[in-house]
Amino acid sequence: MKSDLELITREGKRLDGRGPEDLRNIKIEAGVLHRADGSCYLEWGGNKVIVAVYGPREALPRHVQNPLRAIVQARYNMAAFSVEDRKRPGPDRRSVEISKVISAALEKVILTEQFPRATVDVNIEVLDAEAGTRCAGLTAAGVALVDAGIPLRDIPVACAAGKIGGQVVLDLGKEEDNLGDADLPLAISPRTGEVLLLQMDGHLTVDEFNQAFDLAVKGCHIVSEIQKKAIMHKYQTVAAEV
Amino acid sequence: MAHEGRQIVIPTQVLGDTATCKAGRGTFVERGKIYAERLGILNVQGNIINVIALKGRYDPVVNDFVIGIVEEAATSNWMVDINAPYPALLHVHEVPWEIEFGDTEKYLNTGDAILAKVLSVDESKKLQITLNDRNLFKIKGGHIIEVESSIVPRIIGKSGSMIDLIKKYTRCRIFVGQNGRIWIDGDAEGIEKVLQAINKIESEAITFGLTARMEELLKKDAKDVR
Repeated sequence: MKSDLELITREGKRLDGRGPEDLRNIKIEAGVLHRADGSCYLEWGGNKVIVAVYGPREALPRHVQNPLRAIVQARYNMAAFSVEDRKRPGPDRRSVEISKVISAALEKVILTEQFPRATVDVNIEVLDAEAGTRCAGLTAAGVALVDAGIPLRDIPVACAAGKIGGQVVLDLGKEEDNLGDADLPLAISPRTGEVLLLQMDGHLTVDEFNQAFDLAVKGCHIVSEIQKKAIMHKYQTVAAEV
Repeated sequence: MAHEGRQIVIPTQVLGDTATCKAGRGTFVERGKIYAERLGILNVQGNIINVIALKGRYDPVVNDFVIGIVEEAATSNWMVDINAPYPALLHVHEVPWEIEFGDTEKYLNTGDAILAKVLSVDESKKLQITLNDRNLFKIKGGHIIEVESSIVPRIIGKSGSMIDLIKKYTRCRIFVGQNGRIWIDGDAEGIEKVLQAINKIESEAITFGLTARMEELLKKDAKDVR
């Protein structure tokens, strides 16, 4: 789609006034649902995501069990009202793919070998979407897993980088995602720097890719601090009430 | 950061070095560093670093007393839900009654509650429980409530101090299962008071001096009643 909209000025100012290496505002709250074992509500710019974690519990039907470790079943779902035109409810090709890559990413950080034959269910509901929902969902899932008391190797975190108007920038907004040149969502394990999820949409040269990758890693570490603060905030206040 | 000496840790927080400390429960080791693997409270005993879980599923340990709810009666065994990630098997040999083959339903049926003991936990986390011990029985009457299994030690208190206190002031019969299920039997007023007390323990589980505060609360209530 061709557009004469200027996504980024020569001075590096973006449509919403951010600089090229600025994130949108992120707000995370842990433990918002009392029926779930663990939960998290996250706002990332205009994205609103709620995540509920259940388990570890027995994996059913039996043929999906792994006798040596737990399986992780993430389900990414967009609410019908989350996008501009009504989204037809139910799983579609896109959400099935996202569920799969998020499951794989989370499986890497959960100590699954402690729970043979079990499953950890992660329900990611996107209430409001504004580009970067898979990153928002995965970040929220990380917090919800901690809140559920599930043993983890690391708290997973995600952040995207991309290219707009010929420049590599961090954390694309809606117009930037739709009209930009490339989008590169990345999830890492911040303690070790291992990559948990890496996808790309659009075109980047090798140099641009490397630049975007480094930028996304930097973004992930910033978001990781916000995650940890949110968890600490929740449980420190529990302790401080008395 | 430490509140009254209890420090909350989150996963991947570095707790120490394997050169000077030993990794205990709730921790894992990577490249000589000890990390917390779950949300919990830091507990250092000598040079062993433990993390006591704040939340999470009940992890069955052999000889734990648990309150189970029968899910299914098969011909020679029952499957019992003990709040763990897996159902537990109760074999007919592990009950105090003589049972003819296929007669299991006459003794325990779906929905019945039992006070049982964890008999074995194997490598693939297959669980077996038993009713063959003193103080184990099928529960009749009363109420069962569920709490986070991590606060069970707080409800029981040091060598049973807290639970004795609650029993003393409410005159209820109470059994606390390690799996976070609590059975209460008594008059309505007493049960109400027990629930109040347990709620308080739940919300203040990670603080010090809870038993003393609890005695105050229960005493005050006791005066109102009389």
